[in-house]
Amino acid sequence: MERVAVVGVGQTKYERRKKGDSFADMVFEATSKALQDARMTIKEIDNVVTVSNDFWDGRTISSMAVMDACGAYEKNVSTVEGDGTFGVLYGMMRILSGSFGTTLVVAHCKGSESVSSLITNGMFDPIYQRALGLDAITSSALQARAYMNRYGIREEQCARVSVKNHGNAKNNPFAQIPLNITVKEVMASRMLSDPIKLLDASPISDGSAAVILADEKRAEKIDQQPIWIKGIGHCADAYFLGDRDLAECPSLEAAAKKAYAMAGITDPLKEIDVAEIYDAFSYMELLWSEGLGFCGRGEGGKFVDSGKSRMEGKLPINPSGGVLSAHAVLVAGLARVCECVLQLRGDAGARQVEGVKTAVAQGINGPCGQSQCVIVLGN
Amino acid sequence: MGKRVAIVGSGQTYHKSARLDVNGIELIHEAVTRALEDTQLTLKDIDAVVIGNMDHFEGINYVDTWSVDGAGACLKPIFKVTTGGTTGSTVAMAGYYTAASGLFDTVLAIGWEKNSESDTTGAIITAFDPIWDRPAFAGAVAGLAVEASVYMHQYGVTEKDAARVSVRDRRHATKNPHAHLRGEISVDDVLNSPMLSYPIKLLDMCPRTDGACAVIFAAEGRAEKITDKPAWVWATATRHNYVYIGDWEPTAGLKTLESASREVYQKVGIREPLKEIDVMELYLPYSFAGLSWIESLGLCGKGEAPRLLWDGVTDMGGELPINPSGGVISCNPIGATALIRVAEAAMQIQGKAEQHQVPDVKVALATGFGGCFWSDIMIMGKQIK
Repeated sequence: MERVAVVGVGQTKYERRKKGDSFADMVFEATSKALQDARMTIKEIDNVVTVSNDFWDGRTISSMAVMDACGAYEKNVSTVEGDGTFGVLYGMMRILSGSFGTTLVVAHCKGSESVSSLITNGMFDPIYQRALGLDAITSSALQARAYMNRYGIREEQCARVSVKNHGNAKNNPFAQIPLNITVKEVMASRMLSDPIKLLDASPISDGSAAVILADEKRAEKIDQQPIWIKGIGHCADAYFLGDRDLAECPSLEAAAKKAYAMAGITDPLKEIDVAEIYDAFSYMELLWSEGLGFCGRGEGGKFVDSGKSRMEGKLPINPSGGVLSAHAVLVAGLARVCECVLQLRGDAGARQVEGVKTAVAQGINGPCGQSQCVIVLGN
Repeated sequence: MGKRVAIVGSGQTYHKSARLDVNGIELIHEAVTRALEDTQLTLKDIDAVVIGNMDHFEGINYVDTWSVDGAGACLKPIFKVTTGGTTGSTVAMAGYYTAASGLFDTVLAIGWEKNSESDTTGAIITAFDPIWDRPAFAGAVAGLAVEASVYMHQYGVTEKDAARVSVRDRRHATKNPHAHLRGEISVDDVLNSPMLSYPIKLLDMCPRTDGACAVIFAAEGRAEKITDKPAWVWATATRHNYVYIGDWEPTAGLKTLESASREVYQKVGIREPLKEIDVMELYLPYSFAGLSWIESLGLCGKGEAPRLLWDGVTDMGGELPINPSGGVISCNPIGATALIRVAEAAMQIQGKAEQHQVPDVKVALATGFGGCFWSDIMIMGKQIK
């Protein structure tokens, strides 16, 4: 199979409210930065994949608002509605099809213009579930409890993830909430939905991110170090929460299995040097660490306790500060890819992990990480 | 280099204005089951799924994850694409590119809509910029009415000419058991139907429909094993240019269709589309499009389309039958509509169209329309190319 590289990345700063920026303004900024990073012009972009969601944007055909801003005029273009990692997947497949040499993938979201609980309530069954008040936070709280109960994971262990990631965010100029906090402070923060407390939850964010993908031939000609997509996998679990075992993540395991097989990874903890994973809530980093094979089932708590996922650990997780430190929905998975690319290029500044050769980015769609996308990148 | 890809089969629901007997997931399941029956495949044979609709019509967020029971995507790879009216063709292209990528051999592409659960126009209006365009120029009918008026003015085309398009599509629909509106109508019926927005009258316009469509794409090597009559996808192209009203030149013709069609013609070496293409399934949401847009497709010169229509060139039995299925004027489950065009074009190549089969189809073209004056095209043929 032909190889596909990421040859440019661009992000806006993630902020609670970008008052002065429309969707198009943010997309233009991320696109321009990605082009600049790749030292390319928009003319060299063969096709575009935008990522947006009609609910979050409050616009039917949400992509229409950004068609000019991403330079899609007179180009082949399509729109993925889901996390940005799925945009990378589709952008990559459009290159592998032989139809295009380069793809621009750009995602945007303005949480500040949305009512998160209503919008995420909208992903549940309208007859049987919505009236229960299920939304992203309450459904995740159910998952957190199911997971903690089965494996004896403690709230303090989840809190440790928040402490670590907000601390990492201090070194990331794009992050929204860098924080010096303690486990005690996380534990004492306001309860949102048991066991999820304010400091266990990701913030509401505005922002945009873009990546430029290229096939081998084009990547050679681009004046930026190519970061290769070594493996990719995506998979969806059952829909109804009651049909799922929320304490496990079979769709993540399946997606990771496929991505690792493509990348030739057999021992993820050993072979992966840095991971950017979708910690929308602190418990997710523990559960996803298991799904990604960094530790055994039920060992996510012990894993964070061991310090292996800290900056100086064996496998630093979320050196960017993760989703806990900036959560522009849909954009967040693409931000994970951007951070992996920066780490692999040695461009991650004060948060650079030494000697990164292989990195993993993860994105999720739907309630409680129902649908998962795993991307293995390497230099 | 990617793999060549064929459409190996498809399935459609029986479309109605309100399918009260099923919910959205069951509607999707119906189409998927028929596509599997058509190809003699089971869910185990499906490697990946792509799905699309327009969220605000049903008010369901994250349809890719919501639909897995109906789509058969539980513990399978699935993602969602959506681009408004072009969603169906966008889904088809996602199916095509996914199979062509070499990552997945057999791909199920699903488009669906349950318009009966929506305020269609209310939802469409929100597509437009809330500050500048929404109060002034938004919704499905307004832009088309302006386009039709400009076209009539520039070329002396009449409402009667346009009515001929509705008459053709509705006549064709009588032979398609899956069409929503299956009653024949006359030119007078169209002219006497209630005015919606001058010059567009009720029978010039597409209905809103509940329905789903599923199309199975397979890569070279797999496709031939599934069917001995695959419809090979030759090329696709997309143009989604319009953002604000000021981006649109109110001149006759659909510029995005002109541009996209030239790209696919050039890719596959078509010089005279009227002669070289055997059948077209066009996303014509209203009658005037059946005139102006076939000019944009290069079937004839500007202002010449009425002659083609009245001469019967685009009727069944004509030189280039358009919309043997009855088209969008007869059936419009929006997120599925453009995918139905692709499915019907493939059925024509596969010889599966039964009562509305055009004899000996070697090359077929399908289009999608949406966003605002956006166009998608997929061209396919009997021969592998």
